[in-house]
Amino acid sequence: MNQAAETLTDYPDLEGAEMLRVRNLNAFYGESHILHGVDFDVKRGELVTLLGRNGAGRSTTLKAIMNMVGRRTGSIVINGNETLGMKPHRIPRLGIGYCPEERGIFASLDVEENLLLPPTVRSGGMSIDDIYAMFPHLYERRRSQGTRLSGGEQQMLAMARILRTGARLLLLDEITEGLAPVIVQALGEVLVKLKARGMTIVLVEQNFRFAAPLADRHFVMEHGRIIEEIGAAELASRRDHLNTLLGV
Amino acid sequence: MTMIFGVPLAVFMGQLMLGLINGAFYALLSLGLAVIFGLLKIVNFAHGAMYMLGAFAALLGLQTLGLNYWLALLLVPLLVGGLGMLIERYMLRRIAHLDHLYGLLLTFGLALIAEGTLINFFGVSGSSYPTPTALQGGYNLGFMFLPIYRAWVLLAALVVCLGTWFIIERTRLGAYLRAGTENSALMQAFGVNVPQLVTLTYGFGVALAAFAGVLAAPLYPVSPTMGSSLLIVVFAVVVIGGMGSILGAVLTGLGMGLVEGLTKVYYPEAANTVIFLVMVLVLLVRPAGLFGKEA
Repeated sequence: MNQAAETLTDYPDLEGAEMLRVRNLNAFYGESHILHGVDFDVKRGELVTLLGRNGAGRSTTLKAIMNMVGRRTGSIVINGNETLGMKPHRIPRLGIGYCPEERGIFASLDVEENLLLPPTVRSGGMSIDDIYAMFPHLYERRRSQGTRLSGGEQQMLAMARILRTGARLLLLDEITEGLAPVIVQALGEVLVKLKARGMTIVLVEQNFRFAAPLADRHFVMEHGRIIEEIGAAELASRRDHLNTLLGV
Repeated sequence: MTMIFGVPLAVFMGQLMLGLINGAFYALLSLGLAVIFGLLKIVNFAHGAMYMLGAFAALLGLQTLGLNYWLALLLVPLLVGGLGMLIERYMLRRIAHLDHLYGLLLTFGLALIAEGTLINFFGVSGSSYPTPTALQGGYNLGFMFLPIYRAWVLLAALVVCLGTWFIIERTRLGAYLRAGTENSALMQAFGVNVPQLVTLTYGFGVALAAFAGVLAAPLYPVSPTMGSSLLIVVFAVVVIGGMGSILGAVLTGLGMGLVEGLTKVYYPEAANTVIFLVMVLVLLVRPAGLFGKEA
């Protein structure tokens, strides 16, 4: 079974091919209906953002892709594989790395154990040396308990550990939330490097100034659906419109 | 003769040794309970029954198949552990989304069924299991007589406890287990098959109980009720140690065995209740247990 899932995903990494296609995605937490028909797609090597106010359904969209919410309907195609009927632990094996909003650093593991924890999902992940080169702080603190790190270091760790797994599609939820500007800037540099490595990235972001220069396209969400798509080129001319949508 | 607080040294050491042996069983059983509780959040009331089944499987294996002690020590935990995995897969998993109290009730029911069924066939008087030939006799250490089998039980229990600690604290599988205990949803999002991990964990915890049961067979009468009487004390040990730590479960188990043994020397009337007294004190002073993490 595992083998079949692996071979299905072994498409050549063609620039511009579709990595993620979400169609009419509805998601429910118990009785509450959170996503109301979300549609968007992401091409290989693209960095897109999901923007919107709190409660618009951005984090839930990422969770729904990972099958971490209750019930889902619609279609989520990753690398050509329909994943709606897949068990949660099968989905990351299609080559996805997920970084949750609360960062999810494990208190009972030290930094290096946290880093080594997620199983390899595909070949071609970064080596532990590459990761320590990209995040030197983590190397210095590799024997510390995971949750003893500062907020910024925990965020770096949460990102770093999914780079080791060979994931090619990263779903990053509010990675700059509550972090100092200098750390936000460092994270931006990391994202640029990851993009240069050909990673496909979906970024849920509150900090629009952080996201704007990095992203190829922006999707604006409201009330559990995508209401607007704005390409990087249109950004300057539509800035005011976007500010209205985001309420900033 | 050397006396310690008015008690002959040989008697004192003998009781200490008995206490340590009891403590070894407390440690093995509370370890399994702690491992299961960590990942499943279920208080496994069937744990005593699994210990009893371990002893019974060894006894019946010997009587019907001529299965010797050493093979039983190896095969019975696998067999009972396998039974545990079936219980998890086909019963506990079905109710995993409900309040954990239901898991407790289910395992309690299973324990009663196992006990009742065996009482029906074998009665409650108990049978004896012969001490394996290689472990018969004992050493005279000068200050006390040390039966070889008891020394072996202590050694085997310590090796298994430390082995378990090593697996959980120092290996990748153990890291999965610890992380799964904290946040199983995220572990699934990393591609770890958590349901499978849960099944294996329950099976492993139950196998530890069965291993203890085989170890106990030559020491105590093998009877359908041997598990339920022991389990009450083990729960007290778990409360004293706290659910938080593997090493805590082992140390508390051994320590409470010693406390019990010492009480037998100086005030035998209280020997059966002293652990519960300690439990009450610990609950009053440190509700999370000696090694538990304060909430």
